[in-house]
Amino acid sequence: MSPTRPARDRDSQGPEERPVLLRIASFLYLRPSLVLALLLGPPLVWMIVVYLGSLVFLLIQSFFSLDPFTGQVIRVLTLATYKDLWTPANLDIFFRTATMAAVVTVTTAVLAFPLAYFMARYASTRLKTVLYLAVLLPLWSSYLVRVYAWRLILAKEGILNWFIQQLDLTRVLDLLLRAPVIGGPSLSVSFLGMFIVFVYVWLPYMILPVQAALERVPRSLLEASGDLGARPGQTLRHVTLPLAFPGVIAGSIFTFSLTLGDFVVPYSLGNSSFFIGQAVLSLTGTAFNIPLAAAFTVVPMGIMAFYLVGARTLGAFDAL
Amino acid sequence: MGGSPPLAVRFDHVSRHFGDVKAVDDLSLDIFDGEFFTFLGPSGSGKTTCLRLLAGFDQPTSGRILLHGRDVTGQPPFEREVNTVFQDYALFPHMSVGDNIAYGLMIRKVEKGERRKRVAEMLDLVRMPGLEQRTPAQLSGGQRQRVALARALILRPRVLLLDEPLGALDLKLRQQMQVELKAIQEKVGITFLYVTHDQEEALTMSDRIAVFNNGRVEQIGSPPELYESPGSRFVADFVGVSNLISGPIAERIRGSAEVFSVRPEKIQIRETDSIAPDGYCSIEGRVKEVIYLGMHTRYVVELDGGGDLTVVEQNREATSMEVLAARGRKVRLVWHPTHNRRLGTAE
Repeated sequence: MSPTRPARDRDSQGPEERPVLLRIASFLYLRPSLVLALLLGPPLVWMIVVYLGSLVFLLIQSFFSLDPFTGQVIRVLTLATYKDLWTPANLDIFFRTATMAAVVTVTTAVLAFPLAYFMARYASTRLKTVLYLAVLLPLWSSYLVRVYAWRLILAKEGILNWFIQQLDLTRVLDLLLRAPVIGGPSLSVSFLGMFIVFVYVWLPYMILPVQAALERVPRSLLEASGDLGARPGQTLRHVTLPLAFPGVIAGSIFTFSLTLGDFVVPYSLGNSSFFIGQAVLSLTGTAFNIPLAAAFTVVPMGIMAFYLVGARTLGAFDAL
Repeated sequence: MGGSPPLAVRFDHVSRHFGDVKAVDDLSLDIFDGEFFTFLGPSGSGKTTCLRLLAGFDQPTSGRILLHGRDVTGQPPFEREVNTVFQDYALFPHMSVGDNIAYGLMIRKVEKGERRKRVAEMLDLVRMPGLEQRTPAQLSGGQRQRVALARALILRPRVLLLDEPLGALDLKLRQQMQVELKAIQEKVGITFLYVTHDQEEALTMSDRIAVFNNGRVEQIGSPPELYESPGSRFVADFVGVSNLISGPIAERIRGSAEVFSVRPEKIQIRETDSIAPDGYCSIEGRVKEVIYLGMHTRYVVELDGGGDLTVVEQNREATSMEVLAARGRKVRLVWHPTHNRRLGTAE
């Protein structure tokens, strides 16, 4: 109606005749809670139904029991399955898996920190992109393929053994393989080999959060520390490490829980000493004892909860 | 030389080049013990680079830096007896206020009781007593600034470096902190080396100011010297507001086309039919703009024959109505020739 309206609106009859998109935009702009509901609805439904829902069913399953004669699941709540879980053989499995997860986590953290530090502090934008790619590239190929590749690398006839022979270090390797627990007939059938592969497959999950945490530490904090008389080592201990610690914890949640639940690596490189993942696999497969399998998976969840509470008590999240 | 106090800092032909960029270019200057010395200049003029060279965060491409007569070139920050207050305060977020202030003492392995005592003293000095347990996140901008100051001063450095420490504060707080900083400096008697782009801040606190431009020092002097006798066009323009007059207009006023400057507050506005007092400079023009600023008013007067002059008058008697009514009016501007400054000869 107004004579100053631009030509493209010539046909419109008044302010009520605004374009549909504009009307929708205005309608939503004035209702932020509706926008929030629309945005959060789908992921929340997914989380609650699929994710939490399956966890709850898992938990319920673990309180059912298996009839030893018919092999049928008795749908009555009982602690009988957990009593079955509590055998020395199973406790061995938990201990073995948790120890492996802890050692793998500490090793990845120690390996990841220098690289993450370099990426966050010194690398140019270009080099940083290249390093990101290098860290992530292994994740592009199938995890199974990579684990099998490692089996070949670690095998007696594999390239690593050949390399060790060239370096004349076969005796050292033999000594290591003769060691109790970690040893075995060859690297491809030993906890030592398993450890190497675990560290390899989970390392990116540690590098990225540590790098992100270090990236957030302003350079001026490190300069201030040096300015106040701290040598680089003291700055690392009093400023850099405490501020990077939440990143290390975030990374360790990945490496620790992924190791706890994994069955492919123990299956490919292990021996008859089971890990939690293998136990679950065999219980759901051949043994078909779903309640016991469920009870088995509750254990790593418990260990993780324990771990996180411990980390919080240690002040890991103070710098967040 | 006999009467001057001992040297605190000497920059001896110091340059810092980043590729082709000469951030600091062959700079030499002396700072005396106990001085409040300011590096003043626009961003990118090299003042912060100079401060970082002195702190040891960066090393000069050539030249030497002396601290109390000792060559510190090539020494890392943790070996130099200077401390820095950072622009972003750089407080450690994972430590309490008390631990932040005690950081330098902790590094030096000073015993706990002594640390606690000195932290309390420092908090008193910056007027924040009893706030040891707070975290930096719980503090206001002004309080963080004070903690950063306390943390740097607790080590009793021989020179304290301050890198635009008040830049993030609002005007009122900034003015209050300027006065306080000066008072603290006089109390502790440490040499302060202050970096700022704010000329008013520099004039308020400094004993001497070095005006930086393009990696070089244009002029060094006390605030009155810089304001009243700017040595170059850049200084005249950067420190305070200046009217730069040259060409035919300069010739009409002073009988010479050579460029000169006159400060806006030295010029008086008269009626056109008034006669300029004997020996005064005088020129006619039309008021183009009136900017009412409460305490005073800024007039931009378009001169007959081209060019503008800025004039500032206190609003002592005039009301805002009267002031604003001046727009478009023909006026005569008069000022005493002692306020004319020839430029480009000094330094």
